[in-house]
Amino acid sequence: MIVPFSHLLILSTLLFALGLFATLARRNLIMMLLGIEIMLNAGALAFVGAALRWGQMEGQAVVIFILAVAATEVAVGLAAIVGLYRQTGSIDPAMERVAIEEGGRH
Amino acid sequence: MSILTILFYAIALLIIASTAMAVTRRNMVHAVLYLVLSFFGTAMLFYLLGAPFLAALEIIIYAGAIMVLFLFLIMMIHLKKPSGMFFSVEQLLPAVGISLGFFIVSTLLLGQDAMRWQPMAAAQADPADFGAYLFQTHWLAVEIASMLLLVALVGAYLLGLRARRTNRSVEEAAS
Repeated sequence: MIVPFSHLLILSTLLFALGLFATLARRNLIMMLLGIEIMLNAGALAFVGAALRWGQMEGQAVVIFILAVAATEVAVGLAAIVGLYRQTGSIDPAMERVAIEEGGRH
Repeated sequence: MSILTILFYAIALLIIASTAMAVTRRNMVHAVLYLVLSFFGTAMLFYLLGAPFLAALEIIIYAGAIMVLFLFLIMMIHLKKPSGMFFSVEQLLPAVGISLGFFIVSTLLLGQDAMRWQPMAAAQADPADFGAYLFQTHWLAVEIASMLLLVALVGAYLLGLRARRTNRSVEEAAS
């Protein structure tokens, strides 16, 4: 006998909220991508817990696809960040607004 | 209160602490290393929840491949002057509000159902059984996921190629 299912769900909700905060608040494209990773990981944790709760392997199968989607997202996202960095020399998501506020001196 | 229960709460505390440290670090290398610790903790939780194969995959793919990719990128990019760590206050406060609101509302929703408060029985999914189940029941989804990975490979290559080409054309225009 281990923990109740809701304790696990609360843990994964807390992880998801931390990832959401990192994605929304960090002023850095790499940290935003890391936040998305944290959110995907929290979802995978909830799926594994549900697989144990109902005694079916369906939830564990979904985690495999979450891993595939996470790897895809990181590969394309990091390639896009490198492209952006080579073009503009910055990975600041607020770059456009700063450029507008500075009167197009960017 | 079995040993598994104590282990679960200890690992849960470790995961939450290391993830909270990761999202608030200014140095990105430290953030990635804390996140590797968090993913190791998640892998231990997967093992505890009866998914040993997924625990191994979590360490190999998340901690081993994805985080190392992040580390490579951070070392490749030289940030000259680090801009502010967070957005300005008018965007930071809504971000905090949305995250906290999400956590509070979903916790309240979870507390509604008394069925979920009974402890779960420990079980283990054998990797061989899991593999047979995955490839017998979800074979089409596995194929689609492999196609997705192939598309991501080609897409990342194309993005890198285009970035290099524009970089070269900019240098030629400057010289």
